[in-house]
Amino acid sequence: MSLSHDQVRHIAKLARLDLSDEEVTRFATQLTDILSYVDMLKEVDTSQVEATSQVTGLTNALRPDELRDPLCGAEDLVQCSPLPIVERQVQTHSAH
Amino acid sequence: MTTLSSLTIAEASQKLRQKQCTSEELVRACIERIEQQNPMINAVVHTSFDRALEKAKKTDDQGIGDHPLSGIPYLAKDVFCEKDVPTTACSNILREPGKTYAPPYDSTTTRRLTAAGAISLGKTNTDEFTMGASTETSCFGVTRNPWDTQRVAGGSSGGSAASVAADMACFALGTDTGGSIRQPAGFCNNVGLRPTYGRTSRFGVMSMASSLDTIGPICKTTEDVAIVMNAIAGKDPYDGTTGDKPVPDYRSALTGDVKGLKIGIPKEYFIDGLNAEVEGAVREAANVLKSLGAELVDISLPHTKYALATYYILCPCEVSSNMARYDGIRFGHTAPSADLIEYYRAVRSTGFGSEVKRRIMIGTYALSSGYYDAYYRQAQKVRTLIGQDFTNAWQSVDLVLAPVSPTPAFTVGAHDNDPVAMYLEDAFMDGAVMAGIPALSVPCGFSKDGLPIGLQLMGRQWEEATVLRASDAYEKATKFTDRRPA
Repeated sequence: MSLSHDQVRHIAKLARLDLSDEEVTRFATQLTDILSYVDMLKEVDTSQVEATSQVTGLTNALRPDELRDPLCGAEDLVQCSPLPIVERQVQTHSAH
Repeated sequence: MTTLSSLTIAEASQKLRQKQCTSEELVRACIERIEQQNPMINAVVHTSFDRALEKAKKTDDQGIGDHPLSGIPYLAKDVFCEKDVPTTACSNILREPGKTYAPPYDSTTTRRLTAAGAISLGKTNTDEFTMGASTETSCFGVTRNPWDTQRVAGGSSGGSAASVAADMACFALGTDTGGSIRQPAGFCNNVGLRPTYGRTSRFGVMSMASSLDTIGPICKTTEDVAIVMNAIAGKDPYDGTTGDKPVPDYRSALTGDVKGLKIGIPKEYFIDGLNAEVEGAVREAANVLKSLGAELVDISLPHTKYALATYYILCPCEVSSNMARYDGIRFGHTAPSADLIEYYRAVRSTGFGSEVKRRIMIGTYALSSGYYDAYYRQAQKVRTLIGQDFTNAWQSVDLVLAPVSPTPAFTVGAHDNDPVAMYLEDAFMDGAVMAGIPALSVPCGFSKDGLPIGLQLMGRQWEEATVLRASDAYEKATKFTDRRPA
């Protein structure tokens, strides 16, 4: 199975990536190679097998909803942004 | 003064206590080593020398603390958040003139090390967002192997491994998602431990694949690994995937006694075409352990050949999700654009390198409607089967012994145009990953060309102590860890 250029462009769009024509061509080949390699999993009979989503055996790692000592303040977090800060909010372009 | 940098944690700790050196002298010796070696090796990418010297002086003034890590310098892979220290995952997406990401908080692991008195010197090079097996995809360039600078140090924790091999610090922190501690440790003659998933905390460490990522030490000896693990292992309220099994004293588990220990030799790891020198060194290591009293048992782990493919579905899928946060809004790189969606695309396209983009795209595809069951779900099921192989093995053995890598360190650029060939370097890494078990790399010899060869020891979940005990006994009988690059 081989990924077409259109498929690569579609995936890139979903992932919010811009690709040049050269990248589309290069990635189409490389992604096809990778997907061909991982295709071997089709051989494995998993009809009686449950999926593993995690190996810890833990369930519902919860704690009481109580305020603890913060690791840093809201201002410290907001200051990490490269965009303008207005009234403690990050100002972005609009979506339209 | 320069020989101070070649000390292990255990040796340095003793010298500090006996007042044969100060923490400041130790830190200065490492800084000198970094300044001397780093231009060629390129292991260190961000430094916090002033802060380190301040801490060292303070430690000397107050007196060395009780913990063996007090006053000991270390380096952290560039994914461990340390307050106010640039931390960029070696990616342009977290770099921006004047606004390069410097976390406002500490990762749990570095916080625990600081509490024990260890002193961070800065950050080591990694493949971008820890995606790679050679430390060639970093935005800061390649890390070269101190044993042969034409060759890679391995990856993704190549900077950490090379820095320890080059005596730039007493120890370093790495992460292992698909082999990224073990493989570079194998290439650089270090002891590197991938702990049980959930043994150490991932809080404050930039995630790659959340069900596979682990945090662990890369050190000069097994004893040093045990010392670091004593400080960093344990349940963390900030990481819901950490287990609450009590942490044993790993250092006192190093009894030197392996009598009666049953070690499985899995036939699927000794495939036709395995590099003869690697196979020779690893089989000889098994014989050494046997001569020390362990029992070798032939075993089969039938789903071994599917482990890498399972990884290269699960990992990119989880990557595609974890990389979604890098959107130029809350941190890092920014780019000009006309609207928000264009902004995301511009930031991500100029910020991410090719390997990251490849994995995001594989993951996006494999998780998308119509493909999720065939890829992600199938991989999760094969993961179960791989885990079961190990569960079955533990009925007859206590450890599994295998090579770390199919060959010693390869040359820089060897896999430039072939992503799958690069992935195959990790062929022996992912069984342990899927099972969530501890796995360690310890030096077991050198090739004719003087390149290190690593021995892999894997153990039951939560039984790092057994893995470390075997590694320590083997190490003391062979002393490959004593050698240093020319």
